[in-house]
Amino acid sequence: MSLTLLIEQILNGLQFGVMLFLMAAGLTLIFGVMGLINLAHGSLFMVGAFACATVAAATGSFWLGLVASLAAAAAAGALVEILVIRRLYERDHLDQVLATFALILIFSEGTRWVFGSFPLYLDIPQLLSGAVHLPGGAQYPIYRLAVIGVGIAVAIGLYLLIGKTRLGMRIRAGESDREMIGALGIDIGTLYTLVFALGAALAGLAGAMVGALQSVQVGMGEPVLILAFVVIVIGGIGSIKGALVGSILVGLTETLGRFLLPHVFGLFMPNSEAATVGAALASMLIYIVMALILAFRPQGLFAANA
Amino acid sequence: MKKLLAASLLALSASVAGNAFAEPIKIGMITTLSGGGAGLGIDARDGFMLAIEQSGNKEVDVVIEDDAQKPELAVQIADKMIQSDKVDLMTGIIWSNLAMAVVPSATAQDVIYLSVNAGPSALAGAGCSPSYFNVAYQNDNFHEAMGEAANKDYKKTFIMAPNYPAGKDSLTGFKRFYKGELAGEVYTKLGQTDYAAEIAQIRASGADSVFIFLPGGMGIAFTKQYAQSGVGLPLLGPAFSFSQDVLPAIGDAALGVKNTASWAYDLDNEANKAFVEGFKEAYGRLPSVYAAQGYDTANLILSAAEKASVKDKDAFRAALKEADFDSVRGKFSFNTNNHPIQDFYVREVVKDGDTLTNKIVATAFTDHKDAYAAECKM
Amino acid sequence: MTRETTISIVIVAGLLAAAFIAQAMGETFYITLATRMAILGLAATGLNIALGLGGLVSFGHAAFFGIGGYAAGILATHAFNSEPLLLGLPGTNQMIVIWIAGAIAAGLVAVLIGLISLRTSGVYFIMITLAFAQMIYYFAISWPAYGGEDGLSIYVRNTFPGTNTLAPMSFFLICFGLLVIGLVFFALIRDSRFGAALQAGRQNDTRLAAVGIGPFRVRLVAFVISAMMTALAGALFADLNRFVSPSMFSWHMSGELIVLIIIGGVGRLAGPLAGAIVYVLFEFALGGITEHWQFFLGLILLAVVLFARGGVMGLLAGRARHG
Repeated sequence: MSLTLLIEQILNGLQFGVMLFLMAAGLTLIFGVMGLINLAHGSLFMVGAFACATVAAATGSFWLGLVASLAAAAAAGALVEILVIRRLYERDHLDQVLATFALILIFSEGTRWVFGSFPLYLDIPQLLSGAVHLPGGAQYPIYRLAVIGVGIAVAIGLYLLIGKTRLGMRIRAGESDREMIGALGIDIGTLYTLVFALGAALAGLAGAMVGALQSVQVGMGEPVLILAFVVIVIGGIGSIKGALVGSILVGLTETLGRFLLPHVFGLFMPNSEAATVGAALASMLIYIVMALILAFRPQGLFAANA
Repeated sequence: MKKLLAASLLALSASVAGNAFAEPIKIGMITTLSGGGAGLGIDARDGFMLAIEQSGNKEVDVVIEDDAQKPELAVQIADKMIQSDKVDLMTGIIWSNLAMAVVPSATAQDVIYLSVNAGPSALAGAGCSPSYFNVAYQNDNFHEAMGEAANKDYKKTFIMAPNYPAGKDSLTGFKRFYKGELAGEVYTKLGQTDYAAEIAQIRASGADSVFIFLPGGMGIAFTKQYAQSGVGLPLLGPAFSFSQDVLPAIGDAALGVKNTASWAYDLDNEANKAFVEGFKEAYGRLPSVYAAQGYDTANLILSAAEKASVKDKDAFRAALKEADFDSVRGKFSFNTNNHPIQDFYVREVVKDGDTLTNKIVATAFTDHKDAYAAECKM
Repeated sequence: MTRETTISIVIVAGLLAAAFIAQAMGETFYITLATRMAILGLAATGLNIALGLGGLVSFGHAAFFGIGGYAAGILATHAFNSEPLLLGLPGTNQMIVIWIAGAIAAGLVAVLIGLISLRTSGVYFIMITLAFAQMIYYFAISWPAYGGEDGLSIYVRNTFPGTNTLAPMSFFLICFGLLVIGLVFFALIRDSRFGAALQAGRQNDTRLAAVGIGPFRVRLVAFVISAMMTALAGALFADLNRFVSPSMFSWHMSGELIVLIIIGGVGRLAGPLAGAIVYVLFEFALGGITEHWQFFLGLILLAVVLFARGGVMGLLAGRARHG
């Protein structure tokens, strides 16, 4: 195993983590501000991917598709918030789990109804195809570097938005004291809709960017959703910083685990068997990490309101 | 619908219509019509129903239900079809794990089951049954065919599949016939969609070719990422990842990929021409290998119905076993374990006008049998 | 007798009557459907101990459901092939032995999961139980010995002394009997001192600590009992389907168990059963009408949460004693 391969794998882990961050940031924001568990966040990811694929196919431009994905996911998010979600803020987590579970069914089957049962086509834009040479002779796809870049930009953007703007001040106020924002004369309803749409747009953006790498199909949001939950729980629910650290941690664990574990087992058992056992353990690894972290820090690494 | 009717009328006038036992046959079809895997079930169903329509046989009643790719639901539907609908035959299941859930208990209740796709090894070997007919393939077959075909051009292949039984059967099947060296053997997580880590390993492995078995969305994701990575080694695989249902989603990234199957749309025989034309006319898209298998299954049932009464199970099983129908795959017969003896082809993904599709470039096996028939005692 | 008890008895008796009517009409399949309701009702009643009484929203009870199922599958397979299991112990096709084995195995796992998970609360608890279930799910998929993702067939349904379990009605009665025992057990716990402590802890830890009971220990015991009951249902489910597979461990399964409880009424005696009856009926009826049945199932579930708070039991028997 060479050093360049290891570096490439670390980049892969980072890129996977950044993608998770886009999902987790919205999820944790929504939880932090409104106290809502949204299982349907994966559906918004799917909406973004389908919107991007449809518009890209119609216009031939990935970039227009990207814009469409943001718009469609934000619109879907706002609509869902107004019709359903806002009735759930006062309910316990149990009702929220059930209602958003129901939304998954509606979104998935509804999407299949509209778009049919076959996966859609979406490719990376011409501008970002190809690879760059890394020091040491390795190559790395430009598109994946761009994904890392977008993730960093979103992280900085969120930091500025929450730390430096009026909207951010209101969001922070909403996190710490819900009655107070009412007293400040802020329209809570609109604020919540905005935050939800923002979270949805981030999920849609992730869906569109990932859709170009993977397959755009019904149900594509569910595996990502579970991972995003793992991320925010590890990071501390409600904390954007926690979501960032958690994403990178999960991304690296997942990628390096499935790369290294078979090698480790290969040291003392036949290759074919080591591949099986290593892969089995790798698929459980992030859940093991999560259980360990929660065993020692029951509120996650960066508990927001603890 | 009008088109469908026209096509079936045409077929009716062409075929020597006649059902010696003009009595109703009730067929229960359990298949995947919702969720991410629905494309396969829909193709199998459409192929199956096309054959029934074309035959003009009005005595065949098909009850279709969606299993949503959940084994528990499939079992519940099977119970209903057997106990309540009182079906004579069952068919339709796409996935091996669902087949394992339904088939043993269905055949134990003396219901004849015909597989349109799944062919788990357990049902081909010790768990075989006189009431279970596989009209598709044994799960290992496509992989074995690629292993054999790879011997011609490659010496050092990197092989990869998801870490679940069908994935292990796949790599075992490939290795059973492949004589070269393995540059690497990797099992991925089932449902994994990011393959950057594996592609990096492939690049570093010094392989001269890559064999993958990644069905459904996994294959789409891998093939796109592989093409984007610029590794450029020849890509090999069973037809599942490069079938007509997923090719449009992969796009040009699939061009040139070699894959193995028992069928392709350009297979030169009369039955296949009628099938491909009829399918395009009725549904407005190209058929996939699942549709072809569904079509053959229906025609096998129709051929048996002309020879025996479905109420006389022994006679009907014997009639099925003769496999006296015009398969779209050309030659087709059953081995001792009721699994097919058939040819396997190497196909290449090409562009036909604007449409991506598969073209046959070589024959991998002639009259190939599966490896488990000897273990079957019946 | 309170109104709730009366209605609970009516629901339970209704299920029994439905099975006998189906038997009289020769509609065997409806007996199977009733059996399924009884089993899912039992599984959700188990979860209801943790979730309804203790407020412990476990999103990982599929783990215990699956362990019960695999206990049945593994023991039956070893008995069928006459291979010894562990330390020379044979497999078995005796349902009673299987139930005990399944419940004990699930109980042990629940102790481990509970010791770690119960240190957390709220959303963290929901997610950590989910994480443990996912661990077991991926383990089951990739562990080749018992079929991996293909699952494990039980070729002959396991036996119970004095009956032919293959007859749908006999098997229904076994499941129904266990369901009734489970419900009685739930009622006993609910009305016991332990149950009072558990329910008090749901509202307030300090209140519980004030009466000198450690909330952690109460919750752990409740979690383990809950897991064992769900595992028992899992073993029955395996025998009903004559098949087990890792999908019993999937997060969809955990979600479905929660859904059953919410449809029926959280913490209510017959809530999970009522939920199971309604859910299975919807799934069955909608599946026959349209290919897009999951869409409508989603709409119905959504309507239940938004407009029918308290679920079926809330509608029939009014609000619960504990809000």
